Amino acid sequence: MKREEPEIYEYLRHKKKFPGVWCAGCGIGIVLGSIIRAIDHLHISKDDVAMISGIGCSGRMSVYVDFNTMHTTHGRALAFATGLKMARPGMHVLVVMGDGDALAIGGNHFIHAARRNIDLTAIVINNNIYGMTGGQYSPTTPQGALATTAPFRNIERPFSTCDLAMAAGASYVARSTVYHARELERLIERGMRKAGFAVIEAMSYCHTTFGKLNRTGSPVDMMRSLQENSVSLAAAAKLEDAEKKNKIIRGVLADHDLPEYTAEYAKIIEDAQAAAGSNVAAAQPERDARLASAQKRRVREEV
Amino acid sequence: MTVTLMQGNAACVEGALRAGCRFFGGYPITPSSEIAELLSRRLPVVGGRFIQMEDEIASLAAVIGASVGGLKAMTATSGPGFSLMQENLGYAAAAEIPCVIVDVQRGGPSTGLPTAPSQGDVMQARWGTHGDHPIIALCPTSVAETYTLTIEAFNLSEDYRTPVILLMDEVIGHMREAFDPDRYGDIEVVDRMTTDVPPEWYFPYDETRAVPPLVSFGEGFRYHITGLLHDQAGFPTYRQDEIEPWWQRVFAKINDNLDRIFMYDEDGIEDARTIVIAYGSTARSAVHAVQLARRRRYKVGLITLKTIWPFHEALIEELAAGAHRVIVPEMNLGQLALEIERVLGRAKVRRVNRVDGELIAPRQILEAIEVA
Repeated sequence: MKREEPEIYEYLRHKKKFPGVWCAGCGIGIVLGSIIRAIDHLHISKDDVAMISGIGCSGRMSVYVDFNTMHTTHGRALAFATGLKMARPGMHVLVVMGDGDALAIGGNHFIHAARRNIDLTAIVINNNIYGMTGGQYSPTTPQGALATTAPFRNIERPFSTCDLAMAAGASYVARSTVYHARELERLIERGMRKAGFAVIEAMSYCHTTFGKLNRTGSPVDMMRSLQENSVSLAAAAKLEDAEKKNKIIRGVLADHDLPEYTAEYAKIIEDAQAAAGSNVAAAQPERDARLASAQKRRVREEV
Repeated sequence: MTVTLMQGNAACVEGALRAGCRFFGGYPITPSSEIAELLSRRLPVVGGRFIQMEDEIASLAAVIGASVGGLKAMTATSGPGFSLMQENLGYAAAAEIPCVIVDVQRGGPSTGLPTAPSQGDVMQARWGTHGDHPIIALCPTSVAETYTLTIEAFNLSEDYRTPVILLMDEVIGHMREAFDPDRYGDIEVVDRMTTDVPPEWYFPYDETRAVPPLVSFGEGFRYHITGLLHDQAGFPTYRQDEIEPWWQRVFAKINDNLDRIFMYDEDGIEDARTIVIAYGSTARSAVHAVQLARRRRYKVGLITLKTIWPFHEALIEELAAGAHRVIVPEMNLGQLALEIERVLGRAKVRRVNRVDGELIAPRQILEAIEVA
């Protein structure tokens, strides 16, 4: 019996780039599946989608998908994506990062992309560890856990990806897990529809490093613990604070309609061009004088 | 436009706009900030885009992203910011993304001497990022030349699909001179190469072409860009038979075109016993020193370099062959001198250096000519 080609193949460089680099049992492939199904639901042309990734296991995702793809430097994916989005405001720009990539080396870019509210869909795959480099502790490694650079225990307090995104001003923030693949897909789709900075945290695991060091078992065991240790936002509302404390809360945590950066910049272009066409010529010498005097002042302060 | 009194940084902006720059991503730093300030006002008028990023790392990343999106793009900084840009400068060289990085040099190392002039970033421009890589760096000596070399920087970046560094210094950036852009109306502007092959035949790193065209994202070609060493299609590879042709091509595209890329002026070097080789604002002192020396009947020639990287070894060897001494004045402790000594031999070269934040005076160069 001839097997039909799965629909997902339409979006993959499946004849060229598989098998992939990820360990058997890894959760990243599930995130990739959710991303592709979300894009499929949106009915957008592959030509209008860009996937920008950083460095690490998640960074390799951009190789496998048949979009405009760019594998950038460690932590900088959002900054590359910002430039691309400004050049091509009509493009759907997805940014795929890991927890170390997005929150440690890329933490500054993460909060500023959120503050600007630029229309990017940032997917943070959180496995609580630096997987590709061999299991060093990351900004989301739980306190007390073991890592190859925390052989006694991790004494650093972890970040919450979603709290950080919300505090920095992202217009859409959601979280799910690789166990809840369908839910993840819906949250990504909604994030992509959002005109603004959207963060979707996909809780995953690394059985080969974190799992081995912390004896959390096989990929199946770690997947099961994502199921058991997570609750939906609705269910969480019914829990006491103490019960919620160590739970992964899933769902849409923030969804606001806020001015989007490239749309605001389009207005700047309109204003600048309108001003250039009218009375700006008359005001120019005065402005130049003001700017020049401001520069003089600044030089004096430095001396 | 008529003749105006213009600052070097402003001339850089005029040159960038003339060259078709439509994106600027940058971070404030003296003595380069006027470039950002002026472009924030001018770019939207021509439909371009300006963004002030959170740091210099992000600035160059955004520039590369915008260039991949199809816009001619640049950033401007000074030494400390240039240090932060090295990571993505290497990326642009490896992924062959056209872009222009202006470094208005100030005294270093570290925060150094803000914001006294310096030429301390000569070697950083060449070797600041890790790994062997091709690079182009240009050094203007005047306000007008800042304008023409900025256009040239964009042209070279498009012609050779490479980051190009415009290495200014504080004197050139802040100095004001009479300038009329209309005098340079015939300078050609190079546009982004396009391709006529269909997407399925397109190789962004086609090894059969010296410089394969870079098609913008969003044009239906859906290819991959990476900072990993890659095959012709842009995908990461560890295969020697794919890596070797890549190395050969990215260096050949620069080395085979040295005569176009390496720009310089020469003055009276035919029968010169002593030759001064200078660049940037130091070349202005060298011009004066050579005039004074000739009045005293010294046979002195002057080579003013507009391009310092790549360094045209064979040409410098040829030009300086008849000279007894070569004097290299620099506002550093002898960075380009290392290169010139390597080519001409240490015995022939005399360095004139200054790193206290003051310009090299013509007198200092004259003294070197007299004892040579």
